[in-house]
Amino acid sequence: MKLLQGKTGWMLLALAALAFPLLAQNNYLISVATQAFIMAIAALGLNLITGYTGQFNLAHGAFMAVGAYTVGILTVDHQVPFWIAFLLAGVVTAVAGFFVGILSLRLKGHYFSIFTLCVSYIMYLLIEKWESLTHGTVGIMGVPAPTGVGPVQFGTPLSQYYLVLAFLALGIWIMSRIVNSLLGRSFMAVRNSDELAEALGIDLMRTKTLSFVLSVVYAGFAGALYAGQVRFLGPDLASEVVTFDLVMFVLVGGIGTLLGPLVGTALVTWLTQGLQFLQDYRMVVFGPVLIALIIFLPDGIVGTWLNGRARRADTTRGKPHA
Amino acid sequence: MLEIIDLTKLFFGLTAVDHVSTRFERGQVSAIIGPNGAGKTTFFNLIAGTHRPSSGRILFNGQDVTGLRPDHVARLGIARTFQTTHLFDNATIIDNLIVGHRLRTRSGLWDVLVNTKRLQQEERTCRDKAMEALDFVGLAHISHRMAGDITQEERKRVAFALALATDPELLLLDEPAGGINPEETVGLAALIRKLVDHGKTVCLIEHKMDMIMRLADKIVVLNNGTKIAEGTPAEIRRDPQVIDAYLGVDHAAV
Amino acid sequence: MELFFQQLLNGLTVGGVYSLVALGLTLVYGILHVPNFAHGAFYMTGAFAGYYLMTAFGLNYWIAMAGAAVVVAVIAMLAERLVFHPLRHAPELHDMIAAIGIMLFLEAGTQALFGADFHRMPTPYGQVVEVFGLTAPLQRLLIIAGAFGLMVLLHLFLNHTVLGSTIVAMAQNRDGAALVGIDATRVTLLVFAISGALAAIAAVLYAPINLVYPSMGNLVITKAFVIIILGGMGSFPGAIVGGLIIGMAESFGGFYFSTDYKDIIAFVLLVVILSFRPQGLFTPKGARG
Repeated sequence: MKLLQGKTGWMLLALAALAFPLLAQNNYLISVATQAFIMAIAALGLNLITGYTGQFNLAHGAFMAVGAYTVGILTVDHQVPFWIAFLLAGVVTAVAGFFVGILSLRLKGHYFSIFTLCVSYIMYLLIEKWESLTHGTVGIMGVPAPTGVGPVQFGTPLSQYYLVLAFLALGIWIMSRIVNSLLGRSFMAVRNSDELAEALGIDLMRTKTLSFVLSVVYAGFAGALYAGQVRFLGPDLASEVVTFDLVMFVLVGGIGTLLGPLVGTALVTWLTQGLQFLQDYRMVVFGPVLIALIIFLPDGIVGTWLNGRARRADTTRGKPHA
Repeated sequence: MLEIIDLTKLFFGLTAVDHVSTRFERGQVSAIIGPNGAGKTTFFNLIAGTHRPSSGRILFNGQDVTGLRPDHVARLGIARTFQTTHLFDNATIIDNLIVGHRLRTRSGLWDVLVNTKRLQQEERTCRDKAMEALDFVGLAHISHRMAGDITQEERKRVAFALALATDPELLLLDEPAGGINPEETVGLAALIRKLVDHGKTVCLIEHKMDMIMRLADKIVVLNNGTKIAEGTPAEIRRDPQVIDAYLGVDHAAV
Repeated sequence: MELFFQQLLNGLTVGGVYSLVALGLTLVYGILHVPNFAHGAFYMTGAFAGYYLMTAFGLNYWIAMAGAAVVVAVIAMLAERLVFHPLRHAPELHDMIAAIGIMLFLEAGTQALFGADFHRMPTPYGQVVEVFGLTAPLQRLLIIAGAFGLMVLLHLFLNHTVLGSTIVAMAQNRDGAALVGIDATRVTLLVFAISGALAAIAAVLYAPINLVYPSMGNLVITKAFVIIILGGMGSFPGAIVGGLIIGMAESFGGFYFSTDYKDIIAFVLLVVILSFRPQGLFTPKGARG
């Protein structure tokens, strides 16, 4: 176990991820892995707002759709170059996130979650009905793959795998910088208690909004990458099921940990892929699994492991009180 | 240093705080006492900014802080503790305290992403302040214990440390001795004295009379939202209105 | 005039259904202080139970409705015992996630049993009648009568029976209620049962003029949430008034503006109102945030 910790742990993960396509030798599996990486990026974002900052944002998945559709609409309907559309996806998502954030974050607890659930429905309905912009239920087809940079082209599953992996790595690095800093601590203070955080001089709205915007930007870029990989978009992308999937990933892995969303996404994707039974009855099993997790393993795999490790480290120092 | 002028708070027609005026002098321990429901915590909430007064003014070092947001009030130098402290149980005590000094730092998102010198410096400072505060309350030896594994008394001390880390001038302590035994109460009272000896001003809400009588320089008595008495412990002890409303027959002889 | 009357009738119909659903939701919120995201799934299950009872067993519409109410009441009680009870001391987030889990299970299960298609619930009341010289579909009148009749019954129950008063007492002060000997477990189970039954009845009332399909609960539940946020979480009159307002807004708005976007009306209303009053429009007595 010691081997898996700290920098060595991350190095090993990186190595495994880099080597995976060579071991898998199968384009289908590589594409599945790429999709998992995309979801992992979105899951990282959800983990920031819900896991670290304590605000259960049920519209998170819808922001993925915002990013995806920005790329789709710009590239297909307006011939904007992919990478420009990609960048704009981040901008549009950030702006949308900002406005949704300042509206919703004044609400606490349940109200916030319900509100975001409603926002999610509004977004879904808008995408479905605003046909002149989004092509409605027909969807957007023929989204181009990411344009090559120099000699490197991104048309093949293999190249897309490494492209998305690079973005995931970037996303992880940025997230680690955020959560391990004073900023991350501010987020966690807010999660602990609004009251206490304010008493410690933390500007609630500003802090929450920042976390919210950062988190949805992750979702937006994930959506943009999705658009370039799957190359077809439909309103279902904004369905609340996407958010629930992401919640499952984060919960399984460990809410409020850096590794959690990654482990969770990988594990759940792998299980649903590997077990055909799970694929057919996926949705029926999903619910009870979610419930069982939240009752018996609320800290997820990584969370429970980290807690255990910290406790073990602690009793070697001081004597526990009677 | 803290002047309360005619402070009033109405909640849907119920007068929680009724035209209370008083002042808390620098370097003193002031106590707010009164029966349950007398409006003590609401009074704190008004000062700390959690609630907005319906009327009246609050002056801190001459500056009007009436109705300011809690985080603004904290930045001005007023720290507060709550009856229950929400610590992050799955982190160490020192980890819980580092954010206490955050309000004195200026690093933002950019600093975090680029890892500027300013951020590194401020994170060091926060950690140092946290350690300092923990040391002050006498818990430096358990800095690495999980916050979920400490006793109630230690929890109260950690709450103090958290408030201290914000570098305040005035500390508002809401029932700091709640749920701890008499022996521990004496220790906590000594800690409060220590705070004052180090230049802080303290105002606390408490129900434990022995502690208050020995510790406080000044006592303000609230009942049903109004101030019914104010003065030194000796004066309060003798005040018939207070005895009537609160202290009861048992204490009449004290 | 005829058109106006139709819209009015429509608004009352939809509003009545929304109100029933919102009532069930607000009852549970009053006791549990957790928004039951699975309530829409209760609604949907009620519709399917009623549909199944009618088509597979040929039961009478009203008996099927009663059967559906029982089925969902049992499911609701199971949900309370197996899911919400173990989580009673957990952070809010966990309750919400668990409720979502229940919702997903019920939806997926229904889909596995009945398929994802739309089903039509046969109604014995398809004819049109004349009311004050204006024509009205009988089913709609039944819905209105049923919904409001039920609300009156509920009101009488809560305010004029001992059992009902214990529910109100618990909603206002859980600990105090325990102190005077009110059995929290029994009351909680009862509230869940009633909540489920209300949802089921609302669904079976409304299903004949709508369709029955696994995701039919989603939109309804989000609107029910809008209603109780606006009307006040835990507030009985708030749920009713809110339901009617949304019902009317959708009916008239959908007709005079656009049917495509009528579903958005409720949410836009929510966004607008919460932007100005984050605590909702009304605060129920014993206000607890």
